Amino acid sequence: MSRLHIECEINGDDAEFLCDTDESLLDALRDEVGLTGTKEGCGTGDCGACSIILNGNLICACLAFAPEAQGGVIETVEGMADGDQLHPLQTAFLEHAALQCGICTPGVLITSKSLLERNPDPTETEVRYAIAGNLCRCTGYDKIVKAILVAAQEMKQNPIKGARS
Amino acid sequence: MDYSLPQSVDEALSILNSESNATVFAGATDLIPQLRGGRPEPGLIVDLKKIPSLVNLSFSNGTWSIGAATPVVRIKNNVKLTKEFPGLSEASGLIGSDQIQTRASLGGNLCTASPGADTVPSLIVNDALVVIASNKGSRTIPVSDVVTGPGSISLGVGEFIIEFILQQSTPRTSDAYERFIPRTEMDIAVVDAAARISLDERGNCKEAKIAIGAAAPTVIRVPAAERILQGKKINDELLAGVMKEASKACNPINDKRGTIEYRRQVAGVLAKRVVLMAEKRALDKKENK
Repeated sequence: MSRLHIECEINGDDAEFLCDTDESLLDALRDEVGLTGTKEGCGTGDCGACSIILNGNLICACLAFAPEAQGGVIETVEGMADGDQLHPLQTAFLEHAALQCGICTPGVLITSKSLLERNPDPTETEVRYAIAGNLCRCTGYDKIVKAILVAAQEMKQNPIKGARS
Repeated sequence: MDYSLPQSVDEALSILNSESNATVFAGATDLIPQLRGGRPEPGLIVDLKKIPSLVNLSFSNGTWSIGAATPVVRIKNNVKLTKEFPGLSEASGLIGSDQIQTRASLGGNLCTASPGADTVPSLIVNDALVVIASNKGSRTIPVSDVVTGPGSISLGVGEFIIEFILQQSTPRTSDAYERFIPRTEMDIAVVDAAARISLDERGNCKEAKIAIGAAAPTVIRVPAAERILQGKKINDELLAGVMKEASKACNPINDKRGTIEYRRQVAGVLAKRVVLMAEKRALDKKENK
């Protein structure tokens, strides 16, 4: 069986790749496109390590078939920084030590980016519910929650230039 | 395994007619874990998300139409629908994480046929109907006639659900849903329950519908408990009867989520809670606004 040719937009750039129909979008991003920032944790949609944004919706890339990306718009952790300029969430995660082993971090970053786009000024409770689908086995979540709240304030004071909302 | 993305119901039917070993899907949040868990690969997977009527969510002439592949986040976020069916909206918002709710659908939740499917008790107490696409012409049946046992449904080969139909609820009518899990998010029901209560002008219960999930091979209605409330002002004595009948109606399994005895008891407690919550909401909802 021939492989499928998929054309889409990834992190603002036109992209194309070949994939098998039974391949997950996560595997296609990592193995066909070479974007290995998005991680596989459980592979069953429980841990959120593979969180990406597809057509504006936060999803687990492990629970989508790669062909579903056809014509779509994808955002991954690799698209968060602007060159050497880290996204305020990334800066806050570093400054507040909101990561240890780092496997869950790309997913948590994308999830919190998606949250702040919908809700720029979340309460702590809203942050905790929003990241309920992202498991971290290292930090105990407090530092992650704090970093997201700090980043939200930072982004309110200094909006990201040219940010796609 | 091939992949197809039909643009219309007719195109999907003709694709399904030409490939006997095909599986339709919407969010794939159940299908992909099943395939990874060893379910044999079908020859073809048919993605229903490009068919407009399958991803519709609309209200007209007193009738709600929810496409079978519509992501449940749109149910949770629809203010008017949530006002009218708060229990169904809450159930939709309890399916997995935000990442799951952008993909999971009523059609998938129903047709996976898990006894603990979060949205099914609410759909049943609200008398939801499903419109089924078939080569023999479409037909409409109650949601309660779809699931026949764990993992099995009454739809024939080549058939799929187009949409769910809900009638606008009458004044002084509302619903409620409760799910018991050991944590607050991201788990599968030990037991869940939904109720819809209609009150008359004096606040007496005109009609009660109660459904219990994860406590039998399929979601069950509890007619004996519903009859206890009919025509009466809901009080503690009647609620004790509701609890007893809900527990009695269950036929649960023993597993890691709960023992048979525990599930029976929790079913009674949840039945009482959803009746009280639905009654309170019905009192608050004097008119459709």
